[in-house]
Amino acid sequence: MEGEGDGDSKADTPDVPLSSADTDNTPQCLNKALEGLPPRWKNYWIRGVLSLAMIFGFFLIIYMGPITLILVVMSVQIKCFQEIITIGYRVYHSYELPWFRTLSWYFLICVNYFFYGETVADYFGALVQREEPLQFLARYHRFISFALYLAGFCMFVLSLVKKHYRLQFYMFAWTHVTLLIVVTQSHLVIQNLFEGMIWFIVPISIVICNDIMAYLFGFFFGRTPLIKLSPKKTWEGFIGGFFSTVVFGFILAYLLSQFQYFVCPVGYNSETNSFTIECEPSDIFVMQEYTLPAAIQNTLRWKTVNLYPFQIHSIFLSSFGSLIGPFGGFFASGFKRAFKIKDFANTIPGHGGIMDRFDCQYLMATFTHVYIASFISLYLYYIAVVNIMMSTPLHLSVSFQRI
Amino acid sequence: MALDHQFVLSLASCQLSTLCSCVCDCQSSCVCVNSRLFIHKQVSSFYRWKNYWIRGVLSLAMIFGFFLIIYMGPITLILVVMSVQIKCFQEIITIGYRVYHSYELPWFRTLSWYFLICVNYFFYGETVADYFGALVQREEPLQFLARYHRFISFALYLAGFCMFVLSLVKKHYRLQFYMFAWTHVTLLIVVTQSHLVIQNLFEGMIWFIVPISIVICNDIMAYLFGFFFGRTPLIKLSPKKTWEGFIGGFFSTVVFGFILAYLLSQFQYFVCPVGYNSETNSFTIECEPSDIFVMQEYTLPAAIQNTLRWKTVNLYPFQIHSIFLSSFGSLIGPFGGFFASGFKRAFKIKDFANTIPGHGGIMDRFDCQYLMATFTHVYIASFISLYLYYIAVVNIMMSTPLHLSVSFQRI
Repeated sequence: MEGEGDGDSKADTPDVPLSSADTDNTPQCLNKALEGLPPRWKNYWIRGVLSLAMIFGFFLIIYMGPITLILVVMSVQIKCFQEIITIGYRVYHSYELPWFRTLSWYFLICVNYFFYGETVADYFGALVQREEPLQFLARYHRFISFALYLAGFCMFVLSLVKKHYRLQFYMFAWTHVTLLIVVTQSHLVIQNLFEGMIWFIVPISIVICNDIMAYLFGFFFGRTPLIKLSPKKTWEGFIGGFFSTVVFGFILAYLLSQFQYFVCPVGYNSETNSFTIECEPSDIFVMQEYTLPAAIQNTLRWKTVNLYPFQIHSIFLSSFGSLIGPFGGFFASGFKRAFKIKDFANTIPGHGGIMDRFDCQYLMATFTHVYIASFISLYLYYIAVVNIMMSTPLHLSVSFQRI
Repeated sequence: MALDHQFVLSLASCQLSTLCSCVCDCQSSCVCVNSRLFIHKQVSSFYRWKNYWIRGVLSLAMIFGFFLIIYMGPITLILVVMSVQIKCFQEIITIGYRVYHSYELPWFRTLSWYFLICVNYFFYGETVADYFGALVQREEPLQFLARYHRFISFALYLAGFCMFVLSLVKKHYRLQFYMFAWTHVTLLIVVTQSHLVIQNLFEGMIWFIVPISIVICNDIMAYLFGFFFGRTPLIKLSPKKTWEGFIGGFFSTVVFGFILAYLLSQFQYFVCPVGYNSETNSFTIECEPSDIFVMQEYTLPAAIQNTLRWKTVNLYPFQIHSIFLSSFGSLIGPFGGFFASGFKRAFKIKDFANTIPGHGGIMDRFDCQYLMATFTHVYIASFISLYLYYIAVVNIMMSTPLHLSVSFQRI
């Protein structure tokens, strides 16, 4: 069994007491329905039912539109933050530290204010220009955010208590690393979303598909262990998951590229005060004819093939999600072994906490954002210019011409 | 009895009881105790004055060094900032190693330095692409690096992340995660803020010199005021700091900053943004000084008019800004120092390192500077400069594959 015999048994790195994540948290209705089954099958059924429930929930919130998605992303972020901070409290037995819970949540609010304020100022520019107080907040946004953060920093310094210095510094660092991971990446997810819902749906679906496919391939064909950190993962699952995810991503990209609802950047109509998703689809969502290389021409006897360019991009996204994305999962596994916890929390029966489901998503979200910014979209750069226009007191105007 | 310091020094390492038996025959314990106390006082006072001298000499040496590197120009300054950053990073990481006894962790030193290089590559690459745009456009490989800069930086960071995951060793998981977090928090503090210092520098050397001088002056003035007038302790974290030092340091720093701003605003060398001349391949610091460095006439409020019998006063607007910078540096800046004091108490270390005799490590000198550098950057970006926004636009022009052109018109 992994995880025992950690060499560092010092007073300042205490063991985490057995968490309540190990206790059964399944709802009564499921329990009754599965009474007759042996325990292992019961576990599989619970996991399966919850998986389907989560996927259904995913479709539902996509249907309900951008505002719901933003709210869901924000709730996930807050829940993940709370889960990780709670683990920190248990590790350091620091519930009784003065001020610390307040400060952690205060820093969360500050960083969120900074990021969402930048987003609101960028995307809801017209709305901001109308309202006087919003204009002030937008123009001096960075200064206000910095002042808020500084207030928290000074409160932390003033709250240092003689016997608890080290604990307090540990919790300070723990909070900041958690903010760095959780909040910045949820912000990147929102920015991807504004590019077009397809940039939100496809990466998340890729990670979900890879999880499920790697699990199934590993279940049926798995023999060679992949990495010591996660003994249940196998090379067969890894490679099978990779190929099936690439195919899945390819097909999903084809299906979604046809609808404006997914493909168009999310815009805000200031007259009707609502989100509009209508546009002339960008070039990568317009079907194009590609000439196949000679080798494939002879095999398939097709000369050309009609593809959306986005499908080519989806191959790169799927490859990343299957090959590098799992490292996020291994990182989380190592973290759980390091602190001797089975799951981050027991929010979802059979699956653990929210963080357990989202550990691979974070790398994917960051990669997608960097991918868009580097290879695809100019929109993000336009936003930088809009930033200039709204923040400078001189009201510069900028015109773009294509050379 | 007459003792000379040479004698005291040579016996300083002996037990005082031994000294007593050397100097007197200890027949009378009263005489021995008295001589013991006397010797103890001489030794400790000698060492105290020696310590003050060392601190004083090193302080002057550092200030002189500061003037020297300012004289030598922007490239030297950038190199010095980079070296300070690397030394601070090394000091904090070494403390982490000692706290966690983790010298023997596989790969970890390599990974820490690798992450430092990655983050520096990201930040300095952005700066180089922004400020040396013409140079970048000329060279083909640089163009490629500049256009896909973020992707390349992210890929480099990811490689380090994957290496970390692969290096996790069964019995050392928790240690390795601690060191990973330690490294990242250190990078967050040290590297991002050294990058902000460099960006301030490019705004104009005055934005580099004045904040640093403000912090140095506040340190020295608060120390002197505390030394001569200090009675009320300020905060339990740093028992040597006093309210008298704090308030005295505040007022003297504001005055100092005001005067320094006046002195420096007159020279183009300090006031102009640092530019790069691609023909001559050198830095040029020439420009039409911005409005805040042009003397203006301010009408004094009525109250001061009656007191001083001046109607107007000629000031550089930058001097008004310097009052705000000085206030921050004296009132909020010390919190950076308290944070570092708390950190040292938490991990039971006296100084970050022993690099500077009498002063400790580089980090000990720079702990207050970091908050100041960040504040200066935010201050410039919010209230003063449009240059940073122009840079964002230049970023667009150079990174997009469509070669958009942007023209600015003032409405």
